[in-house]
Amino acid sequence: MSATATVTGTTAPTRAVVPSEIRRTGYLLIGIAALAALLAVLVPSGDSRIRISTSADALQIPIFAVPGKVTAIVLTLVVVGLAAYGFRLTQRGTRVPVWVVATAGALAFVVLLLLLSAGKDQVVPITGLLAGTLLLGTPLVFGALSGVVCERVGIVNIAIEGQLLAGAFAAAVVASMAGNAYVGLIAAPVAGLAVGALLAFFSIRYQVNQIIVGVVLNVLVVGITSFLFSTVLSDNPNLNSRLGLPVLPIPLLSEIPVVGPVLFRQNLLVYLMFAIVIALQILIFRSRWGLRLRSVGEHPKAADTVGIDVNRTRWRNTLLGGAIAGLGGAFFTVASGLAFGKDMTAGNGFIALAAMILGRWSPKGAVVAALMFGLSKQLGQFIQQLQAPIPPQFLLMLPYVVTILAVAGFAGRVRAPAAEGVPYEK
Amino acid sequence: MRLELRGITKRFGTFTANDGIDMVVEPGEIHAILGENGAGKSTLMNTLYGLYEPDAGQIVIDGEPVVFSGPGDAMRAGIGMVHQHFMLVPVFTVAENVVLGQEPVGKGLIDLRRARQIVRETSEMLGFAIDPDAKIEDLPVGVQQRVEIVKALSRNAKLLILDEPTAVLTPQETDELIEIMRRLAAAGTSILFITHKLREIRAVSDSITIIRLGKVVGSATPSATESELASLMVGRSVSLGVAKEPAQPREDVLEVRNLVVRDTHGVPVVNDVSFTVASGEILAVAGVQGNGQTELTEAILGIQKPASGSVVLRGESLEGKGVRERLDSGLAYVPEDRSTDGVVGEFSIVENLVLDRIGAAPVSRGGALDMRFLRRNADELVKEFDVRTTSVDRAVGTLSGGNQQKVVLARELSRPLSLLVASQPTRGVDVGSIEFLHDRIVSERDKGAAVVIVSTELDEVLALGDRIAVMCGGELVGIVPGGESRDVLGLMMTGIGPEEARQRAAEHHTLLGEADLEAEAEAGAVLDAPAADAVDAPATESSTTRSATTTSAGEENR
Repeated sequence: MSATATVTGTTAPTRAVVPSEIRRTGYLLIGIAALAALLAVLVPSGDSRIRISTSADALQIPIFAVPGKVTAIVLTLVVVGLAAYGFRLTQRGTRVPVWVVATAGALAFVVLLLLLSAGKDQVVPITGLLAGTLLLGTPLVFGALSGVVCERVGIVNIAIEGQLLAGAFAAAVVASMAGNAYVGLIAAPVAGLAVGALLAFFSIRYQVNQIIVGVVLNVLVVGITSFLFSTVLSDNPNLNSRLGLPVLPIPLLSEIPVVGPVLFRQNLLVYLMFAIVIALQILIFRSRWGLRLRSVGEHPKAADTVGIDVNRTRWRNTLLGGAIAGLGGAFFTVASGLAFGKDMTAGNGFIALAAMILGRWSPKGAVVAALMFGLSKQLGQFIQQLQAPIPPQFLLMLPYVVTILAVAGFAGRVRAPAAEGVPYEK
Repeated sequence: MRLELRGITKRFGTFTANDGIDMVVEPGEIHAILGENGAGKSTLMNTLYGLYEPDAGQIVIDGEPVVFSGPGDAMRAGIGMVHQHFMLVPVFTVAENVVLGQEPVGKGLIDLRRARQIVRETSEMLGFAIDPDAKIEDLPVGVQQRVEIVKALSRNAKLLILDEPTAVLTPQETDELIEIMRRLAAAGTSILFITHKLREIRAVSDSITIIRLGKVVGSATPSATESELASLMVGRSVSLGVAKEPAQPREDVLEVRNLVVRDTHGVPVVNDVSFTVASGEILAVAGVQGNGQTELTEAILGIQKPASGSVVLRGESLEGKGVRERLDSGLAYVPEDRSTDGVVGEFSIVENLVLDRIGAAPVSRGGALDMRFLRRNADELVKEFDVRTTSVDRAVGTLSGGNQQKVVLARELSRPLSLLVASQPTRGVDVGSIEFLHDRIVSERDKGAAVVIVSTELDEVLALGDRIAVMCGGELVGIVPGGESRDVLGLMMTGIGPEEARQRAAEHHTLLGEADLEAEAEAGAVLDAPAADAVDAPATESSTTRSATTTSAGEENR
């Protein structure tokens, strides 16, 4: 009962003491501002050419140019302003809203873009970059949502990577067999669910350490899919054909400049993602299912004493989480119009895990974090095309560096479900 | 509800926790179950609540035999339980906790308005108000307990089980709880009240069942005396107080000056605390759990770094000294949680008894443990401290709580010592061992050690303290002489200064405070003690010292 500090409310500390995690966010903001300023100073003279419309738009906005140096300095001033505002909040002990940090970070990225594109012929396709961000963020969002569901119920899901990979494999193979990409969207969650079932079986039934089970499952899925890929699939190429989900533009909405092509000119998987995010955000916090889910992850014994079957709840939701990640795996194959390739998820599952933590175990936060990682990936790829004088390996590291910085700058604020990773025994 | 238990038996492996328990709880009755730690009370309640299935026997509700396969069944049958460790989700609101498992649903989502209404209606019926939107972790324990009661009653409980409900309450809060219990009983709810505290039982219950070693050993009415109840509970006659002479303080040994300890968030958990403890006296630190006592003792030991202030031992500042140096300069430390901080459960008694001395002669020589010394040391200490074990090679984790605590104390007292700091020295320990441990602590005092006892049990504080310091919210509310009345201490534990607390306590006695007075009178009347002890005690002398001397005299008599 040590959580219950004082008996009376009369002993509140007289001096405001700023918790260290809040202070840390302040330092992160100052770091971002300093970085933006440094980059802005380095921007060469000359214009950056920017394109907003895509070729499919009905309303075309012509390519225009902005003066690189001036724009960079203006943006840097905005970043510095945001940082100053955020820092003042931290000094008063108030939490900094996520949008402040996110905007400052995004603007710092834009300054970097200006630095690399000013005075060059290449065009910066803003809309294309944003659409790419969403695309690259999609598997991360699915993975992070899977993590949210599992960890909220008290099961650590390190196996997201394996679930994505199993989903990718099943989607490709089943869609090829059926000759229809949509069938892949049914097969993928089933494969993810199967991996989730193994996780639940070992960690609930046999109470094996969940992190170990998760890691082993990742290795297992890599092994099985690689084996099948180099034997069955290479012998029968028709089982692994390139089938793509068609893009389904939503009428009217898809014609809005910038927003339309990014959000409403997508395939079914992305629309499913929107639906799942909204549904989970509401249901986890406001439905009966969500309340029970969270109670099991926070205080399983309390849930048990009000007649909630803890282990059954954990089983069901671990399966659900596995299915969500599996569905996300379909992104790599049918949603991208690619055939299955060995180990093609390439660590996305782990970045999804970081996105979940960064998003503080909430679907909303997980999406913001996943998109941030998507953005850093997209910019990394784009900067490579600009033939910047930076070794491409460093640019490919970008998403991971952002992960570490983001987790370090925020991690103190987050609180995991209390019973996460702890098997329940009566 | 009329509840009848017939021959309830529950075994864990070869251990029989409940052995053919029979009892009856009448409707509207407050029925107390009295028993020591480990007597099987909690097992019995968990069986009744469907958490365990009995190996034999029957639960009969209003004449109908019932079988529970889980708490859900018990709840549907009208049984509600307030667990000793609250079953509340700390990050949920009051309303969410109350409706969990039986949520009112509208339009697919939880109907929070209805949930709030349930909380308000139920708490109004009980005569208090709770904010349905407050988060549990922000509420004091006393209020959390009320949430538990509201939760049970909102599920239409006709029988309410309260497991050690007063362990975390001040006497004033206990009074309010008793008021709620009486209100409920008057409305026809039966109450099963589990405790090992004699005084409370006599203050509230209508009838009493006493359990020892898993069996019902008797029943009693509240008119039974405390010593009768105690001897039934323990199985032999025990002395309830501590036989201790008045303290003879000599020079100051420990001086704590303006000590401030901050937690990881920078919030002061010990705030500007100053006191001294002299050789030959016991300072008891009272307070509700979590008001800075733990951090205070840890700062003295040196595992918490104070933000400011100093700790001085025998005139020498301990600043910058590590734990090792502090132990070597004569500090003995009994941590609050023996199983996590006091012993290494998998290690044998032999090993645990030298944990703090490894690395120096005579325990080790040339980098190797001197096993002959270790065994001799263990044999001696086990005998001296009466550790009940089959062998000194047994893992400490397999011993009972009382015996584990004896091992901790034996180790700490086997070094030359000038200061003993002991937190919760008898938590979860059986009455027989409590007696022994208290005697040992007092004898260290008499040998000249300065002693600091931190306890959340007022009984212990009153039994041991020569002076009593009360902490609240990290601050020292005041230091009062030993034997201060329970009511005053209870008020001080909520942050009220000693002067005001005395005034207020004089205006209103709590039930427990009155029970103290009664018990005193009884101790004088019932025990056939030599008149010199019982009658001649001056009116101003503390109640503890008095009941202590009379009991010891009573023992001499038998």
